[in-house]
Amino acid sequence: MTTETTITFTIDGQTIEGRAGQSIMDAADQAGIYIPRLCDVEGLHPQGSCRVCTVKANGRSTASCTQPIEEGLEVENETRELRNYRRDLVRMLFHEGNHLCPICEASGNCELQAMAYRLGITQASKFPYLQPVRPLDASHPDIALDTNRCIRCGRCIRASKDIDGKHVFGYVGRGIEKQVGVNGSKLSKTNVSIEDYAISPDVCPVGCIIRKGEGFKTPIGARKYDQSIIGTDKKQPGN
Amino acid sequence: MTTDNQHDLITDICTRYGNDKGRMLDILTAVQERLRCIDETSMHTIADTIGCSRIEVEGVVTFYSFFSVERKGDITIRLCDDIVDRFAGMKEISMIFEEELGIKLGQTSDDGRFSIDHAACIGMCDQAPAALINDVVITSLTPESARDIAQKLKTGTPPQELLNSVGDGNNAHELIRAMVNNNIRRFGEVLFDDANTGKGLKQALHQSPQDIIEQVIESGLRGCGGAGFPTGRKWSMAANTPATERYVICNADEGEPGTFKDRVLLTERAELVIEGMTIAARAIASTQGIIYLRGEYAYLKPYLEACLQSQRDSNFLGKNIGNVDGFDFDIRIQLGAGAYICGEESSLISSCEGLRGEPKNRPPYPVEKGYLDCPTLVNNVETFACIARIIERGAQWFNSIGTDDSSGTKLISISGDCDRPGVYELPYGTTVHELLKLAGAEQAAAVQVGGPSGQMIDPTAYGRKICFEDLPTGGAIIVFGSHRNILEIVEYYLDFFISESCGYCTPCRVGNVFLKERIGKIRKGFAELMDLDYLRELSNTVIQTSRCGLGQTSPKPVISSMDNFPLVYSALLKEHPDGMRASFDIQKTLEESRHLAKRRSHIFDTSYDN
Repeated sequence: MTTETTITFTIDGQTIEGRAGQSIMDAADQAGIYIPRLCDVEGLHPQGSCRVCTVKANGRSTASCTQPIEEGLEVENETRELRNYRRDLVRMLFHEGNHLCPICEASGNCELQAMAYRLGITQASKFPYLQPVRPLDASHPDIALDTNRCIRCGRCIRASKDIDGKHVFGYVGRGIEKQVGVNGSKLSKTNVSIEDYAISPDVCPVGCIIRKGEGFKTPIGARKYDQSIIGTDKKQPGN
Repeated sequence: MTTDNQHDLITDICTRYGNDKGRMLDILTAVQERLRCIDETSMHTIADTIGCSRIEVEGVVTFYSFFSVERKGDITIRLCDDIVDRFAGMKEISMIFEEELGIKLGQTSDDGRFSIDHAACIGMCDQAPAALINDVVITSLTPESARDIAQKLKTGTPPQELLNSVGDGNNAHELIRAMVNNNIRRFGEVLFDDANTGKGLKQALHQSPQDIIEQVIESGLRGCGGAGFPTGRKWSMAANTPATERYVICNADEGEPGTFKDRVLLTERAELVIEGMTIAARAIASTQGIIYLRGEYAYLKPYLEACLQSQRDSNFLGKNIGNVDGFDFDIRIQLGAGAYICGEESSLISSCEGLRGEPKNRPPYPVEKGYLDCPTLVNNVETFACIARIIERGAQWFNSIGTDDSSGTKLISISGDCDRPGVYELPYGTTVHELLKLAGAEQAAAVQVGGPSGQMIDPTAYGRKICFEDLPTGGAIIVFGSHRNILEIVEYYLDFFISESCGYCTPCRVGNVFLKERIGKIRKGFAELMDLDYLRELSNTVIQTSRCGLGQTSPKPVISSMDNFPLVYSALLKEHPDGMRASFDIQKTLEESRHLAKRRSHIFDTSYDN
């Protein structure tokens, strides 16, 4: 289609314009409004799995990364109710894995940790810790996987498949046993390379994919989210 | 088997399915059946042969419970672990199998002959406890019959020869020969009224697609699988989406614990279902259909194949159906492989495409973009059977049965603590009380309407009506007597959702585990009032943020039991005037310290005096 239809809708009362076919999140990003997210990242197909980007669209909750905009749609984003849902979801992600921020190399660059700070998760959690036993795969010379920290966002899967054209990663198992597997008995048996986009620091939001030999290049305190709260560096309207 | 032989066997299987990645489920089913597992080598061979990555194959293998990476026994015994089966004595049956075969649940014998596993509801609640031995269904197990079966299996009797008798109706058909019973207790005026007539389709041949859709709309028919979406609207959306191909899929993945009515329909009214699908094909201009048959009902497959063939032979399927030029439609059967989530229509489509049975993002809806990205109509078995009758006897006739917003009859599967479990065809609007009277369960202490994703009601609500305006249900009614433990049921249902969640989205994957943990805490007597608030808040998050119907309904056993059986909860909650948390047992906690320090506590051991 060559003609672009403009769609007008609101987020928390503010009028926004977007293009037909755009998701609520994309339109919000374009307008400089941040909707919290973890599994979605620019450049990859939205997946709608972490549910942190849940908004209310005409009163119904939905994932904003996959929900298309509609004329006159009333979207709620920064409300107490949604903040509570998002807190619960982020907590669930912490509790299903083993996240030890003080000893994690990703601390300060970690989107999960940053999201917790943004949402004001500072107190002891009401949820139980599942403390799963998860493997570490350090078989590859350049890359290690600490699956204790994996949040099943699937960003590496999509990056490897859609950008690198490789299928290094894929989901295996189901339910609480669902995890990201590699295309071989271990990582060194796959055709992964440190040059892959899937391995770049932009893809894994937590400290699961580790680039060997690069740890602590940026000191704690000078890292991405040490400087600013996640979501406060959004592009300006119109970009 | 040598590596070469295994390789040839697998490539032969792949060839049989055209080396088509979309037929992955069929390929894996065949490999699992022959090799009793899909190991690393097999996954590689399959991936290489059909042209995908090994991790994709592993993703599918590890998704479905009927596939396994580890080798399973030549004879795999799947004991139905539904709550109704548990209450009917499955634990004892399970111990007998374990004892006789010398292996524990989840294990495979060293000689590779036997495995014992649990299965989620296998659709035999009215004849529980039941089990699947390979594809053979064994019903109404007793400790004696279980021991007898196990001993016969040990001496080499093949599963098919274990049957001493066959069930009623078509269960005795030579292509079925199952000991399953239909247990049809009430024959209603729509589905069980008459045998398969073929009249509906004959009428439809002379009607325009638009006319057919209008009749379906006028009939007021709503989806019989549980969600109750107006069928006519669904059809018109599928028909109005521009496309060169459209698909008609029959959802025969009846997996809601306590439901078994589709099994009976497929056994007794298969032609009616096929007829309904063919009418749908005419209405939306489709040339290809699929019956997605749950893996647990594999024993019905040969019979259904024969029904399809006989429809082809009578020119009711195939090319130029009913001699109408250009009306071509055929149906294939897609066997599932053990995944409740595949009853959700977009997951079912994923599964038909040979993928992990995960729901797709919506929009687009399946009617716009479904199977192979084409507009796809997915309806329940019962819905298609109703269609055939509606076209045969008219929309008004159908609409006159039932209530204002729920037309027609509903097939109800009743099981649990009742005298006459089975299938009842009743008009919408029947009260729970009437239902319980028919089934011989007037003393019921609790009734689960609509299976675990429905609600648990107490005797004060038995005047409520089964219909979309009041108590909607896909057809499962499970009766519990006063001797049953409500929280055991709730905990079981959460276990069910935990093991059947696809794990795609966070709230359903993790939230259900948390819900179960807290119900367990309450059952142990470690909970206090604030735990009820916790359960409500967590349930709400799971309902509001889950991606598909599974997570949006999985907390319902918790919510409805809290709403309708508050005393059950309050009886177990603890109050602690000393300000200690109920979950915290100071004496238990101190015990380890006492042991390590080899002395007692000055503060907490009041008898301490030296």
